[in-house]
Amino acid sequence: MSGNVVDQIFIRVKQWLLSWLSGAPDWAVQVASSLINIFALLGVFLTLFALISVLERKILGRMQNRYGPNRVGPFGLLQPVADGIKMLIKEDIVPARADKAVHFLAPILIAATAILALGVIPYGRNMTPFTIDGGILFFFAVGSTTELAVFMAGWGSNNKFSMLGAMRAIAQMISYELPLIITVLPVVMVVGSLTPDSIVAAQSRYSLGILPHWFVFTPWGAAAFILFFVSGLVESNRTPFDVPEGESEIVAGHMTEYSGFKYATFFMAEYIGMFAISGLGVTLFLGGWHAPIRALEFVPSYIWFFIKLSVLLFVYIWLRGTLPRTRIDQIMNFAWKFMLPMAFACIIAAAVWHYAGRRVAGWFWSLAVIVAVYMVLSILLDTRRKFAPRTYRFAE
Amino acid sequence: MSSAAFIVTAILTLAAALAAASLPKLIHAALSFAAAFVGVAAFYFLLGAEFVGLVQVFVYVGAVAVLIVFTILLTRRDVKTSERFNWAGVVVAIAVFGGLLWAIFKTQTLAIAPPQIAPLTVKRIGAALMTDYVWPLQCVGLLLTAALIGALILVIEDREEVKKAK
Repeated sequence: MSGNVVDQIFIRVKQWLLSWLSGAPDWAVQVASSLINIFALLGVFLTLFALISVLERKILGRMQNRYGPNRVGPFGLLQPVADGIKMLIKEDIVPARADKAVHFLAPILIAATAILALGVIPYGRNMTPFTIDGGILFFFAVGSTTELAVFMAGWGSNNKFSMLGAMRAIAQMISYELPLIITVLPVVMVVGSLTPDSIVAAQSRYSLGILPHWFVFTPWGAAAFILFFVSGLVESNRTPFDVPEGESEIVAGHMTEYSGFKYATFFMAEYIGMFAISGLGVTLFLGGWHAPIRALEFVPSYIWFFIKLSVLLFVYIWLRGTLPRTRIDQIMNFAWKFMLPMAFACIIAAAVWHYAGRRVAGWFWSLAVIVAVYMVLSILLDTRRKFAPRTYRFAE
Repeated sequence: MSSAAFIVTAILTLAAALAAASLPKLIHAALSFAAAFVGVAAFYFLLGAEFVGLVQVFVYVGAVAVLIVFTILLTRRDVKTSERFNWAGVVVAIAVFGGLLWAIFKTQTLAIAPPQIAPLTVKRIGAALMTDYVWPLQCVGLLLTAALIGALILVIEDREEVKKAK
């Protein structure tokens, strides 16, 4: 399979480009190789960002029984171009009392960290931009600096809404970073490696040629994936957890005082962060770039990765169109009382699965652990409050 | 370690550290401090200790810097510092610097060539933590858990007092 030309076409192109430098010293080739990776990464994900920004509005429009953007280009597909030009030519307003340097640096830092996190994800066979021993750790180390960037945005704006939004964002990001990282641990434990490539390789086999050995098909993996996905929603500040920018209460949170291209940078960082966390979810639980059944392995690996990524992104948009915003205290209670114990249960279930021989028996034992913990939690956390069915007086 | 990368990183790290010590606004100083942490992490990377570098970013930039920044946020702002030059501070700083310099130059280990060791992988660190250093690790875990519970208890007592006052 590895000899497949279409599958390896981007690798071949890169090697061909590097062959121009055959006489150059080693460090020049290394720098050129890194630059090619970086430009490819930026090109692909900025295009995806443009595409997703218009698709999200189209899908949301569809869900809310309206058209969505349909004026610029065919089906409104050129909308991002118009948006980009609009953002570029807008006046850049900086509040007079703002902390100029911090205000200026915050969007740069937030976008840079979001893009860095994309660098360790395997997008296809031999297509990991930067292979680091401990790539998963790199992802979270880079992601943890986002909090500082959000704080800088909130503080630098010198605005009470900005500061409140930043406080909320940091509170929920710190709270959900814990379950996010702990749900990754079972995968790391089972694979025995922090390298994304070996995690993907560990999910490469199939039972009977139709049942892939993805971790999402084990009980601990399924539970961890759901917890991971919810934490990812919070980390990327998406509905239903978008209280940091709840426009009905605090204008736009830490982005209130940003306009024009700086606001666009925040917007982009949010989407890039969403791509990164979804990409990591695909890598960890959905088999990375592997095909769902063996017969479909002839389709290039990167196509599978982006199909899985698109499915996850669609779920993000779907949730945004469906769920109302939660309150900040509900979000925090949910994190500490439910997400964290369930995440620990996933670790135990993965250990049980491993020591019961990774077979059918282990499958049922780990399911038993997950269900038991879930039942205990649901009994303990039951508030005994009963809600009457909602009646609509005027909308019937 | 490539010397060009070392020099650039050293200059940036020292500049950030100097800024952290000298900037008049506390929040700027704290943010420069975070930048200095990143510089130190870059040194670990240059030394081939990727894991330590990543943990440095994770713990110091992701947690400690946020903690410092929040501490500044939640305490009193705009405290006027005295304009007077602090001679006692200079004496202490020079004394500490001299002491460190003396200690560093006195150690024999600098002269000895480092032994050839296998690359430091995450796996080896994990194995060491789970075998040779399992008791220190558990003790640190216990200490941190105790601190966490202690912090919670402080908050809970506060709340009950509020209830009684009502």
